[in-house]
Amino acid sequence: MRTHGASGSRSTLIALASTVVFALVVVLVVSNSPGWPEVQRQFFNGEFFRESLRVIPKAFLLNVRIFLIAEVFILVFALFIAILRSLPGPVFFPLRALAIVYTDFFRGVPTILVIYLLGFGAPALQISGIPRDELFWGVVALVLVYSAYVSEVYRAGIESVHPSQEAAARSLGLSQAKTLRYVIVPQAVRRVVPPLLNDFIGLQKDTALVALLGPVEAFRQSQIEVASNFNYTPYLVTAILFVLLTIPLARLTDWLVIRDRRRQLALGAAR
Amino acid sequence: MSAETVLAIEGLQKSFDVEVLKGISLTLEPSEVVCLIGASGSGKSTLLRCVNLLEPIQAGRIEFLGEEITAPGVDVDHVRRRIGIVFQAFNLFPHMSVLKNITLGLTKVLKTPQAQADQEAADLLARFGLADKRSEYPDRLSGGQQQRVAIVRALAMRPELMLLDEVTSALDPELVAEVLDVIRGLATSGMTMLIATHEMSFARDIANRVCFLHDGVILEEGPPAEIFSAPTNERTQQFLQRIIEAGRL
Repeated sequence: MRTHGASGSRSTLIALASTVVFALVVVLVVSNSPGWPEVQRQFFNGEFFRESLRVIPKAFLLNVRIFLIAEVFILVFALFIAILRSLPGPVFFPLRALAIVYTDFFRGVPTILVIYLLGFGAPALQISGIPRDELFWGVVALVLVYSAYVSEVYRAGIESVHPSQEAAARSLGLSQAKTLRYVIVPQAVRRVVPPLLNDFIGLQKDTALVALLGPVEAFRQSQIEVASNFNYTPYLVTAILFVLLTIPLARLTDWLVIRDRRRQLALGAAR
Repeated sequence: MSAETVLAIEGLQKSFDVEVLKGISLTLEPSEVVCLIGASGSGKSTLLRCVNLLEPIQAGRIEFLGEEITAPGVDVDHVRRRIGIVFQAFNLFPHMSVLKNITLGLTKVLKTPQAQADQEAADLLARFGLADKRSEYPDRLSGGQQQRVAIVRALAMRPELMLLDEVTSALDPELVAEVLDVIRGLATSGMTMLIATHEMSFARDIANRVCFLHDGVILEEGPPAEIFSAPTNERTQQFLQRIIEAGRL
């Protein structure tokens, strides 16, 4: 909702003032704590900060790559699972059951375990033809875990589309599949974009777990830096990088929601 | 046009948890307009949904242009595209423009090329006074306009039978006329229609035949003049009496 000029700028002022006061209080409390000088030396060292900035962002690119690749597969695979689970009728019971078992399992097992099991287990099988690369299995693990979450998001979206939409589409002679593709799924996806992106923010952070298999991404790189300098500042740098990565996604979520609302309100005449 | 019976329903029974239709038999000849009247819950909507195969039936049979469409193994999509249905709540696709709403069936079911589908849809919209709405999204339209678009969407598939399910019940009173006018136009053009309606004076004007449904059974059936002026069944009399008392006839 738009607020009107005067009251709008007034509430902005209040928000600004309260933020500044709050930040000041936090800074004062922290910087006056007995251990602060030591913590400052260990975590906020300017020299190590600059040094980390030279190495960690490069490693962070690997996190971005893992994230982007996993995201594409999750979007497709999770939709597939969600559709399996939405199939009506007794004939499709086995497929529905399979989808349920899948989501239950991968939502239940801690991500870190899936990464370990796949990352160390799958290559150990030594089946010819399947990749032995840890990075590959790390991505697979993330895709499997996050697809379970995202498929539930999709499913909520699919179920939120009123049955009358399906009736309308089927009455035109559209098949079940075409009804899903052109009528149900587009509406479902639109509705779930914000929770979907929320899951992706979780995924961005969990790319750090792939480090456990060996690949040197940002977290692993910062561990190396920490170990060689006996200073924790590299962790801070990594944390900042992760936050910087999530901010665009959070704003994109907001923007999509606003755009969708505006599109619905906009005069179609412009089109 | 052949003079083949368009729709023949025989002993149709449908139950959800309770029995909703208890043996309905009804036929529609080409260009015939039949109105179903009766209280809410009498089974009018269910009957229409059964004819469009949106609901499986428990007993009886439905023939459409000589083909038994309730037989096992019938291609339901093929049947549905030849029978148009318009719903009480319009059921337009909110994520599509008016034009897209109409061309979806043409392009994805009838495989009409997009350009030709657009042209056909535009022509139909113009015919129903909606030419300037082609790029609008449904939520920008009034209820009456939405319902007219829904009718156009069904018509675009060139159906051989139209089912109208209380198409004016969700409309503000001042918007009812524009939709009824469209339906009158369809009747004049010779469209075969099965109409569930609460608009009694409309039914009296437009119908060749009126069926009074009560509790899942057609209790009385005949020309509107007979049904509305001299109903013989006691329940029909009571129903019409209540309508008259409500000032709706």
